[in-house]
Amino acid sequence: MAETHVDDPGSQTHAPAPHSGRHPGPREYIRIAIILGVITAAEVAIYYIEGAKDFLIPVLFFFSFVKFVLVVLWFMHLRFDSRTYARFFVMGLAGAVTLFLIVLLTFQVFSS
Amino acid sequence: MATLEHSAPAPVTDHAATSTGLPHLKLAMWLFLASDCLLFGALISTYVLYRGASTVGPYPADVFDIPFTSVSSFVLLASSLTMVLALAAIQRGDVGRSRVWLLATALLGMAFLGGQVYEFTSFVSEGLTLKTNVFGTSFYVLTGFHGTHVAVGVLMLLTVFTLSFAGKINQDSSMTVEIVGLYWHFVDIVWIVIFTVVYLIPTGNPAGG
Repeated sequence: MAETHVDDPGSQTHAPAPHSGRHPGPREYIRIAIILGVITAAEVAIYYIEGAKDFLIPVLFFFSFVKFVLVVLWFMHLRFDSRTYARFFVMGLAGAVTLFLIVLLTFQVFSS
Repeated sequence: MATLEHSAPAPVTDHAATSTGLPHLKLAMWLFLASDCLLFGALISTYVLYRGASTVGPYPADVFDIPFTSVSSFVLLASSLTMVLALAAIQRGDVGRSRVWLLATALLGMAFLGGQVYEFTSFVSEGLTLKTNVFGTSFYVLTGFHGTHVAVGVLMLLTVFTLSFAGKINQDSSMTVEIVGLYWHFVDIVWIVIFTVVYLIPTGNPAGG
């Protein structure tokens, strides 16, 4: 799926670390940043659209999730680095979501 | 088909051999970020729990200025870009350019903090303090903790920026910039969630937006 090429030939002299992949270059980072900016603009735009009130919350959560994943995978390099880092982070994230659900279920937020 | 440019190889020389083969500092930062997920998970849960439970105003819709906060969000997103550009530059061995991007990231972080101070000041002038209602309490505690994280991140960035002039930040020690970057991006992803949950999703208050 991904085509790989090297911007800086001099960098080829460094062997990659055994457990960490190569990181993207500036152009890829800028591309991701533009996508993040467009999604944020879409989030704000949909907030003001009267007809979108019915599906506002799921759409906002979806946009937020996509932005979150893009930053974690590309800017924090989890897509390229060792899976051990990802395991640590997912463990914390799962803990946070569990905590969130336990608190809201305990106080019966969903039933009200 | 996506094109990935792999300009910067992952550094290999800036950490001692470890049992995992991974740099312990980076592993420790990821562990810290995992634990910080729980902190913000608790704070966001508390905010959601008390959402719409205020019996007296001001309510969120009375005080929130979405266009202003949107600009703050763009500023923080831009700072994440400058942070990865700083890392890419140091991994190429371009210390000068890395310095510029590090400073830009710190300045954008300070701009975000300035916006938060302005926002808090205007909210207080409209009558929303930490003790006014549950919205005020949960809002200030959540965004205040996030702002504190941003302030710590700015200090880390300025420290790395200063160390680069002492020759302590170079291609071989790019792991330092990467670790500061991980913290900075974490602050960004927390804001992504806060911006949606706190600002954009309407509350259940009669006057809520």
